[in-house]
Amino acid sequence: MTTRAESSRPVSEVLGVPPAAHKVRDRSFVLLLGALTSVALIVLAVLLIDTAIDGVPQLSLSFLTSFPSAFPAKAGIESAITGTLWLMGVVTFVIVPLGVASALYLEEFADNSRWWNRIIEVNIQNLAAVPSIVYGILGLAYIVRGPLSLGRTVLAGGLTLALVVLPVVIITGREALRAVPPSIKEGALALGATRWQAIWRQILPASIPGIATGVILSISRAIGETAPLILVGAATFVAFNPTGLDSPFTALPLQIFSWISQPNDEFRMLAAAAIIVLLVLLVLLNAVAIRLRNRYQQRW
Amino acid sequence: MAIDSVASDAAGPSAESVFGPARRRIGEKVIAVVLFCAAATSVVITIGIVISLAGETLAFFADKAVSVSGFLTGAQWTPLFSDPQFGIRPLVQGTLIITGIALVVAIPLGIGTAAFLSEYASPRLRSALKPILELLAGVPTVVFGYFALTFFTPSILKGLLGMDVSVFNGLAGGIIVGVLIVPTVASVAEDAMSAVPQSLREGAYGLGASRRQVTVRVVVPAALSGITAGIVLGASRAVGETMVVLIAAGQVPTTSLDPRGPMETMTAFIGATGKGDVPTGSTGYKAIFAVGFALFLMTLILNAISIRFVRRYRQVYE
Repeated sequence: MTTRAESSRPVSEVLGVPPAAHKVRDRSFVLLLGALTSVALIVLAVLLIDTAIDGVPQLSLSFLTSFPSAFPAKAGIESAITGTLWLMGVVTFVIVPLGVASALYLEEFADNSRWWNRIIEVNIQNLAAVPSIVYGILGLAYIVRGPLSLGRTVLAGGLTLALVVLPVVIITGREALRAVPPSIKEGALALGATRWQAIWRQILPASIPGIATGVILSISRAIGETAPLILVGAATFVAFNPTGLDSPFTALPLQIFSWISQPNDEFRMLAAAAIIVLLVLLVLLNAVAIRLRNRYQQRW
Repeated sequence: MAIDSVASDAAGPSAESVFGPARRRIGEKVIAVVLFCAAATSVVITIGIVISLAGETLAFFADKAVSVSGFLTGAQWTPLFSDPQFGIRPLVQGTLIITGIALVVAIPLGIGTAAFLSEYASPRLRSALKPILELLAGVPTVVFGYFALTFFTPSILKGLLGMDVSVFNGLAGGIIVGVLIVPTVASVAEDAMSAVPQSLREGAYGLGASRRQVTVRVVVPAALSGITAGIVLGASRAVGETMVVLIAAGQVPTTSLDPRGPMETMTAFIGATGKGDVPTGSTGYKAIFAVGFALFLMTLILNAISIRFVRRYRQVYE
């Protein structure tokens, strides 16, 4: 009986409003959603324009090839750029082998019914959500001081940043490996290949574009990371290029932060110029990643 | 036996000549162990985080100047004064206010964006909008800090809205952090909405519902656990966000609830104190770890909640 009563209720009662009034509401709803969507995009646009207005007049060859200085007119970002490049070198050197090996283990070897494998998996998920400044604390306690005692050096900064982005490399690496259809591996195994031969000669080559995309995106995240470097880098007034892994350093985001912290407006303009350099670097990296993805992505 | 003889009779190279001798299987074991060690590194990192934080936190509480009850309930945070006070309340309060403001901004923007992308945008518009959102997510947070301090506070809050805010204020920090986490909220929420089976939508259309009604009364409720997961994940990012609040919200630990004034979050304290050369073993140095530990626990709990919600909608629809 009750079902009958319910099904005989008029449509307008079930859905609320008679159809004629729908049009106005539907229209305004679309407009509302469109407006909500565009807010973030507008903020991004305003941010870029504002930074460009502040920063572009400061950009010059001498800005790129000078060291930080107490005089805004003479200050530049050469040591910040070289420092960032050194850091990214260390980050790449650490995350590629470690990230790919972890991804391979979790996708190809791990037996998910074992508790230790599940722990590794949950752990990586959690690490990805740990705030980057916590890695900075870890770097300060264990890498700069404590057990490793590397001091505030390029190596210490690079290792700390590598820890920050490692979960991202592992997660994107696993996705790339998973995208290779099982039939490829099964085919190799059926021909008598061992597990590792199938992985090394079939699965890994097929997933390299995906893995490389993940690595590049991780590096572009590492480039912009500031918070951990505040704790492990600290030396913001570095008027020389790093000479090796044991050299003190500054980096683009650190230099930007230190200039923003100056109350002097001229330094803030310099910060805007350095932001432009940083963003250009990021856009270039992302363009490479997108190209890789589009060009080599195989549809199976 | 029969199979063996067929294999050896077959023409062409044998498996051994192609893949090398069978004893390489010892190598296989070694490789598996090496890969396992690599994967286990991440667990070692977590253990390192927990031990380094917990160890110094214990040392912090062992310090004469600190008491556990004072830490949890005290209303003053002045670790670098000659008579230091270690009440974490001002920092937690600052963090919660900024996160609250960020969520007020990010929840409507994130859900609106997700609904627009999932239910309304054409595939072409989608493929144009998503990379822009990714770009927004990829902008370093120090850049947002610069924007909040040099543009948003003076030009928007003071100029356009005529508000009486200080140079460093929690409001600008919170709003910009909110914009910052929109891509996080939107992408998780959109995944959840896209996972709602088409049959549910078609059922509602069949009853005469409009697209708006389908979105509001069918898709959003059906995707609610995923949307919640996105919001919780966004909150966790807001709690852990450092640069925007360090630059734009000021470094004044206060119990004032007024977001127009400066305030200090947990992350901003860690950044501001760690920046200077705090001597190892000083109470100020240990305070970094105690606050970091509290921060770590907060984000861990939020993340666990988020994972649980995501799992729920996956179970229902996949």
